[in-house]
Amino acid sequence: MSLIASLGAIEIGLIFGLVALGVFLSFRVINFPDLTVDGSFPLGGAVAAALIVAGLDPFAATAAAIVAGAAAGALTAWLNVRLRIMQLLASILVMIALYSINLRVMGKPNVALINDPTVFTLFEFAGLPDYVLKPLVLLVIVIAAKVLIDLFFASETGLAMRATGSNPRMARAQGISTDKQTIVGLALSNALVALAGALFVQSQGGADISMGIGTIVIGLAAVIIGETILPARSLIITTAACIVGALLYRFFIALALNSDFIGLQAQDLNLVTAVLVAFALLVPAYKRKLAKLLPGKSKAAPVIVKEA
Amino acid sequence: MLQAQALEVTFNPGTPIENHVLRGLDLTIPTGQFVTVIGSNGAGKSTFLNAISGDLLVDKGSIKIDGQDVTNKTAWQRADQVARVFQDPMAGTCEALTIEENMALAWKRGARRGFHFSSNRTLRELFREKLSILKLGLENRLADRIGLLSGGQRQAVSLLMASLQPSRILLLDEHTAALDPKTAAFVLELTAKIVESSQLTAMMVTHSMRQALDYGSRTVMLHAGRVILDVAGSDRAGLDVPDLLHMFEKTRGEKLDDDKLLLAA
Repeated sequence: MSLIASLGAIEIGLIFGLVALGVFLSFRVINFPDLTVDGSFPLGGAVAAALIVAGLDPFAATAAAIVAGAAAGALTAWLNVRLRIMQLLASILVMIALYSINLRVMGKPNVALINDPTVFTLFEFAGLPDYVLKPLVLLVIVIAAKVLIDLFFASETGLAMRATGSNPRMARAQGISTDKQTIVGLALSNALVALAGALFVQSQGGADISMGIGTIVIGLAAVIIGETILPARSLIITTAACIVGALLYRFFIALALNSDFIGLQAQDLNLVTAVLVAFALLVPAYKRKLAKLLPGKSKAAPVIVKEA
Repeated sequence: MLQAQALEVTFNPGTPIENHVLRGLDLTIPTGQFVTVIGSNGAGKSTFLNAISGDLLVDKGSIKIDGQDVTNKTAWQRADQVARVFQDPMAGTCEALTIEENMALAWKRGARRGFHFSSNRTLRELFREKLSILKLGLENRLADRIGLLSGGQRQAVSLLMASLQPSRILLLDEHTAALDPKTAAFVLELTAKIVESSQLTAMMVTHSMRQALDYGSRTVMLHAGRVILDVAGSDRAGLDVPDLLHMFEKTRGEKLDDDKLLLAA
């Protein structure tokens, strides 16, 4: 794999690191299987792209995308906690509703950002080539998001949110409104995903109505791969694992698609994803057996081989 | 002071499995009293407890805590006044969180939760000091997940958590039922110690008549969703389990006669 392809994989991997953090928050922390992300990722992209094309500052546009994502997540949670609609169904309803909303926001199925300013163009003064600059800027954003989330989890409110997902009855007995925590938690989760969507369109040069398809699978894949490779009790390590998982996932994909001898092409992307996730799910269960098969290698974690 | 007046709860109303659990239950517990509640299966003990805690909203009647009407408040809104230890040791603590985090959660029971760190050195010291009362060595295991502890240990920590902040009433829901006899005795002694030292108003639901008479200063028996026996002071001091059983059968028999009369009419 070439350097540019590797950096490209890192760039998208970092963006999906944000998605993975969002999915971790909903699926693992609040224990809410939330499929809204398939809609809030393109929502973030659509809002950011439409506003940038309309001449708004890229940072303001990204902030607007975050707010839109938070609203989508809050709506899903509200449907569940107030109207008592099943978690999965509530999130699917919001997800399909967002498809129409995204079309409305963009006004057409896709919006191109060719010569428009983005959050990345602001840093061009550094004189770095585009393919180095983007991963660097993204790295800073992702690390900032991770640290903020870690700090949040260490706070009184963050602890209340974790209790809500872990034992809602006990949380209520401690005076925690589990309804409120679920709404805030899903808002936060989808805000992160929308931020990822906004950064994705700015790094890839445009928004497309179908860009959200499979976001949840990728996010979940990243979380599962991360948890498999870095199993830990500490949340600080687990949030790092989500980001590492997303990076590894993109690496595997890039590796699979760039290796001519395997014969896989771009259309095989979803197949590769499914196989990867199934494999990551199997590893913890078969860890002991694998360890026996491979004497000397105690960890069954897959090893990344860089192409010469 | 807790005042429960004419509480009515019906599960699945209007269906073939309709169950009228509480039928006009009245009970007043003055401040500082430790009441034990007994009754057979289906008498409405747990339902009554859930009604007080707010896990369940009553169909009719009113609940006042220190004169304040809390009838329509949810469980989390009552948490500043009501502390609780569940029957299931798994229910009262967060398995995925550490001992320290669980105690930090309880430290803020019913209070506003902001963005300060949930724990700090001062709190850790306090938690260690509290845990050392248990003599289980847990003060050195603050960073361990609470899921690693045994049922008895978790129940003991639940009790500590319930007493970290002052409460108007402490609810104990058969909190020793899931433990082996030795551990149950330990947790009961601890309960008595905590209730006594903090002069708590407490209500302990139990299956054991022995426990009901040995602990607290007043015993209430529920049957068919009502209070059918209420003894305290010198009346209670002379009572033994057979007496209690006898009284129970007597009132139950009379109750049956009542029903027969009703059916005949």
